[in-house]
Amino acid sequence: MNVTRRQFVKGGVGAFTVTFAAPGFLNDLALAQGGRVRNLVVLYLSGGNDALSMLVPYNDPFYYSRRPTLAVPAGSVLQVGADSSRAALGLHPRLTGLKQVFDQGKLALIQRTGYENQSRSHFQGTDIWATADPRNPSGFGWVGRYLDSLPSPIDPLIGWNTTRDLPRVLQSAHTPVSAIPSAAGYAFASPNGGAEAAAERAAAVRINSHVPVDRPELAFVYGSARAALATLDRVATVASYGGTVAYPGSGLGQALKAVSGAMVRSIGTRVFYVTTGGFDTHSAQNTNAANGSYFGLMATLDDALFAFYSDLRNQGLLDDTLLITFSEFGRRITENGSQGTDHGAATVMMAMGGRVNGGLYGTAASLAPDPANPTLENSAGDIRFETDFRSVYAQVIDQWLGADSRSILNGDFRKAGLGFI
Amino acid sequence: MAYTLDPQIEHLLRRAGFGARPDELDTYRAESFTGAVALLTNYERVPDDVDAKIGQPGYVGMTTRAPFAPNSNIVDARQRWLFRMLHSNRPLQEKMTLFWHNHFATGYTKLAGQLSPAEATRYMAARPSEDPGRVRGQIEMLRDNALGNFRDLLVSVAKDTAMLYWLDGYANTRARPQENFGREILELFSMGVGHYAESDVYAAARVFTGWNVGRQGGGADRSQPLVFVFNANQHDTLAKSFTFPVTRDGGKTIPARAAAEGMQDGIDLIDALAASPDTARYLARKLYRFFVSDLGAEDDGWVDRIARVYLDNRYEMRPVIREVLLSREFWDARSQFARYSWPVEFVIRALKDIGWTGFSVNDALVPLSNMGQNLYDPPDVAGWESGPSWFSTGSMLARMNFASTLAANQRFRLAASAGAAAATPESLLSHVLDALKTPPLDRVITSELTSYLRATGAWTGSPAQLQAKVPGLVHLIAGTAEYQFV
Repeated sequence: MNVTRRQFVKGGVGAFTVTFAAPGFLNDLALAQGGRVRNLVVLYLSGGNDALSMLVPYNDPFYYSRRPTLAVPAGSVLQVGADSSRAALGLHPRLTGLKQVFDQGKLALIQRTGYENQSRSHFQGTDIWATADPRNPSGFGWVGRYLDSLPSPIDPLIGWNTTRDLPRVLQSAHTPVSAIPSAAGYAFASPNGGAEAAAERAAAVRINSHVPVDRPELAFVYGSARAALATLDRVATVASYGGTVAYPGSGLGQALKAVSGAMVRSIGTRVFYVTTGGFDTHSAQNTNAANGSYFGLMATLDDALFAFYSDLRNQGLLDDTLLITFSEFGRRITENGSQGTDHGAATVMMAMGGRVNGGLYGTAASLAPDPANPTLENSAGDIRFETDFRSVYAQVIDQWLGADSRSILNGDFRKAGLGFI
Repeated sequence: MAYTLDPQIEHLLRRAGFGARPDELDTYRAESFTGAVALLTNYERVPDDVDAKIGQPGYVGMTTRAPFAPNSNIVDARQRWLFRMLHSNRPLQEKMTLFWHNHFATGYTKLAGQLSPAEATRYMAARPSEDPGRVRGQIEMLRDNALGNFRDLLVSVAKDTAMLYWLDGYANTRARPQENFGREILELFSMGVGHYAESDVYAAARVFTGWNVGRQGGGADRSQPLVFVFNANQHDTLAKSFTFPVTRDGGKTIPARAAAEGMQDGIDLIDALAASPDTARYLARKLYRFFVSDLGAEDDGWVDRIARVYLDNRYEMRPVIREVLLSREFWDARSQFARYSWPVEFVIRALKDIGWTGFSVNDALVPLSNMGQNLYDPPDVAGWESGPSWFSTGSMLARMNFASTLAANQRFRLAASAGAAAATPESLLSHVLDALKTPPLDRVITSELTSYLRATGAWTGSPAQLQAKVPGLVHLIAGTAEYQFV
């Protein structure tokens, strides 16, 4: 029997259409009331950042004995003083821009962040940092849960993810977050021009306003298309943003330039997610040579962050912006046989912005390879956490986003002495 | 042209292949379900002649700046794989190769940094009959074993040059064991996270000490390819203890061995991993998502059944996949269009549905990257995050925009083939829905589509009108949410 799809077309099951809130509504209201906006940028250093190469305990003799080829010489670190345990610390020599930000009091370095029984898996570890839930890391992200706590309707541009897929940090129960890897490529194409193209776009908008109530998976994909179509024109205004400083051509540099452009053009976005990879340095980590692998990671990071910082300062947006970094774990203290480091535990987090109370937070570990050393774990192989990473999130949620960390993090992780913002 | 609706065969070919070309539909429609599954799974009976079709008229095109070099140029390697997905008459072999590529996810970018772009392409993609050193790239190895034995596959992967660089096995030495491969073979390639302890990772790293890389022939001749070597003097000869059974009698310790016999450690561990019920279930869960459904939880009964087939057949994948494709759950109406298509599935299916003559697969590479999938370069060793993770505003725009590019490219052919159905917007829509083999669309959507056909002037069905409207309509349909499901 020949059957065609005309006969196969389904009857109109329950369906409704949706529209979004006026763009930038919340933003305009806040500005009209004389308020300042608060932007949050979350930067993920993918692969497990080697904290000991970024913030170097250059007076610890075990740092040198356990890392014969990877240790950064004491003479080359950029000294940032001593922490409350009197451990002298220095930034990696390539972090010259961040050193300036530190000296201006706008960079906080939070040592030994992590959690109990820290996962050494990239994937489980990343999910734990993203959900802030070591026991059940398959749920929604901590930023996603914050977005869900905002009053609706929520603008689909409230969040801007600079990667193509939605990272778990931003996954939420009902708040769409736009994925915009490149503002310039974020456009609706048509095989035709002129009136035909306009009719096609209008049809696409109407088709995607459809929400099939009985098929959540379809509703989800429709929602992605709908949010894209609803925000294209605002995103297009960012594509032309040139910046007040030259941004590096790296993926991170270009992503941060778009973030700055979105803030300058006031398109309504409040939460940004940015990532840079390559931190899984199992071999040839090469911390010291100018063409070395870890040296290059620091160059990429420093050049992009310093351009972003300078641009925000020039645009008068520094006080409106907080950037924080995370990575799934730190790395093993003792270097391995291939001049690299394997997966470890606690790591360092950074917070940067105009309202940041810069400086050193927490204390450095002693790297003495004694199984009884309380600052280490795993038979003194790895650095043990001192500050639960959720305490850092709690500070951001309570003091910057103005929400209640106890409900978003499902527990009270507030910690005294962690007033970096 | 009238299309015959055959939802079951279309479903089978969307899952066991990349959609259906008209000639494929004809071939498989002539078979019973079991016959169609037998034809797919016993693909050795079908000639492996797809590469000979490259550059011939009637097939999709390629774009090269220099002589076509799929064994040393990653762009050409990607084009050749897309060509095979589109034109191979062994669709399941290509589909399983993609499954294993995602399972043993190895990334070109890191290798290109360690070796060189040409060498990285070679160790990922070279076909031995075309390589001066007869190098078999990782994906060719996976293709050769696409329905082979999983235990043998693990051994081949552990000795694969690209893998030895990707997870740093080349530097795994006695004094300083390298944990990267030891961890991922447990976490991602076999048992899955939660089924082993951190101490097992350290023991696995020691098991594979000395599994390194050297020049073929054992010398220092740099013109010889890089191959797996067992460096006995870099092998840790002490015993290794695990929290799970690793010997045939159920013991948990691999005994101390003389260095010269140390390679047996790795074989012992791989034998134990392949035989583990945790591995069987881990693979079965992945197969459920890849072949049956992305919706809801994995069916535990199905997972146990498939895991049992895997163990009963001593890790042979062919009977496992046959069981998958013949399972009631696979054919269930609820499983049809229940998977979020991977970007390459979407692109190849669109080419099969919309047309390929005069299109170059090179023009699919940037769109695929924007959709989140670069072949030969998964984001990390866990492979691509599939299911709903493929979808975001940016990736959905990339899919819609690819549909636009392809529809514009096929403009005249699409308009001509629609000529006989152009009497009314409704008849045209029915024709295009059939050609694209879409799932049922809600009436709200079909009514928007006919409104679009009427939007810019009276309907005449003239060639000029069809040349504008048919590509526009194809673009809109291939860009619907429904079309993103396979």
